[in-house]
Amino acid sequence: MLRLRAEPRHAGSTSSDGLVLAQRAYGKINTLVTINPKKCVACGNCTYVCPMGAIYIDPEIKRARINRDECVECYACYNGMSQEHLNPAMVRTIRRVFQMIRVRFDPEPDVCPTAAFEPDELTWPRIVRRAFSDPRVPHESTGVEGRGTEEVKTNDVSGRVQVGEVGFTIEFGRPGVGVWMRDIEEMCRALAQAGVSFEKRNPVTSLMTDSRTGALREDVLNEKVLSAIVEIKTTIDRTEEIIRLVWEVEKRLDTVIAIGVGTRCDNDGEDRVVAPILERLGYRLERAKTNIGLGRMSNPQAVRREETVNR
Amino acid sequence: MTNTLHRFGDAASFRDDFVVFAIPSRGNNDADSVPKLQQFLRMAVPFRPVNLGDARHGGALRPSRSMNPTSHWNRDARPDFEAVITGLSTPTTAAAVFDNRAAAEDFVKAVRAADLGLSVNISTSIDGAEQCCDAAGICRHSVGYSLGFEGKTEHLPNADVLKISTMCGHGMVSASLSKKMIDWVKEGRRTPEQAVTYLQRFCSCGVFNPVRAKRLLEEARTRTK
Repeated sequence: MLRLRAEPRHAGSTSSDGLVLAQRAYGKINTLVTINPKKCVACGNCTYVCPMGAIYIDPEIKRARINRDECVECYACYNGMSQEHLNPAMVRTIRRVFQMIRVRFDPEPDVCPTAAFEPDELTWPRIVRRAFSDPRVPHESTGVEGRGTEEVKTNDVSGRVQVGEVGFTIEFGRPGVGVWMRDIEEMCRALAQAGVSFEKRNPVTSLMTDSRTGALREDVLNEKVLSAIVEIKTTIDRTEEIIRLVWEVEKRLDTVIAIGVGTRCDNDGEDRVVAPILERLGYRLERAKTNIGLGRMSNPQAVRREETVNR
Repeated sequence: MTNTLHRFGDAASFRDDFVVFAIPSRGNNDADSVPKLQQFLRMAVPFRPVNLGDARHGGALRPSRSMNPTSHWNRDARPDFEAVITGLSTPTTAAAVFDNRAAAEDFVKAVRAADLGLSVNISTSIDGAEQCCDAAGICRHSVGYSLGFEGKTEHLPNADVLKISTMCGHGMVSASLSKKMIDWVKEGRRTPEQAVTYLQRFCSCGVFNPVRAKRLLEEARTRTK
């Protein structure tokens, strides 16, 4: 099983100790995707399935190639495409003949006909790309797949966002644009300056060297990921201030941002406070994720902890 | 995993999109969660979901690692719910997708009665979720609003493409493939049903809604821009 462990904060140093720790933590997902030129028949199917558009047919070698700067190691090509195991020479010949007589070659668009994608070694810090981009890899810091966050989805159990509080998820790069970690850091620094608290169990927070400044590990700043979520919590009265701050910073970032705002409903199951603030700011609230409150503690240790608190 | 929260579209476009998912909280109720998650998925089947999935292994229609030349003409495009249920082997998010509110409401009622002790969320239009809760006699505990996309939105594709590609919030259904499928449906090279099966296989957690996708492809077929 692949698991990602986001590095603990102490590993944020650029010392060799920190690097060793980081490499060990991410070592279990140490593969990147390559295209075997001996197998590739340049059918072009993979150029469409790449969420970043990072795969192209190189006219010189007449094979598919990956733009390594833009590739975020999401594995959509390797995991998402079905694989056939046809003889590459035979497929190339057929394609050439079809091309000569102007017959359209019409392959299934989700298939790599020769299983040309192969995993290869992935090293630190590039491994961070896969950690944040391949949704099948759970983050060790949170145990959650995807972008690694529980947010208000488990609020009935975790109590992460209490009455009078608001939890923000500020997501970068979604959908299909991607984001450089240095851009995420810029937002984190601005939020830290505003005195918000970052959610501890969050993959981005676990890459911070100092959550008081919002600084991320220096060696990951030039890595690009498909998307990442910064999670913060504040009091409801600061909702507008935080959103205006995000508006200000996002102008400087070359990516898209999706804000999620989570809040605790009142005893009637209503939110009469946060939604009006958001609507006043010009947002049309169309979709939401509603936690219906059926969860409870069941791990023995968690139950004991809860009993101690209630006593 | 806010992978269902930021689906693109207005409230009306979610009329056939109701995602109900269960998620354990790490360190709080994950220790015994696997059989409960399996039970959650199994309970969904009688209510005729259009997709089931878990965030680790994928949805009810998955890519094949061993196709052969003849399989192009008899590819199995039927969802395999049993494989999703039995394949769930670790604490993760389990999701059931419905194409009508009545089914989602009935499922939520059944989940409430089963008292699994896991956090359960409904992801759909705000009104749709409220109606599901009212029908099941449930008070909402918390709500997470999507404020949509902002920033450098000039990087985003057009609305038809976005509506389809954002149905995998993890971004595994690419905008390029979504556009290609819209074009192929326009050209008559594939039916919407066929195009949906190609797209659905890329969704790695099973929340892709094939019924909504088919409708969107049909709508995009005749659109001029």
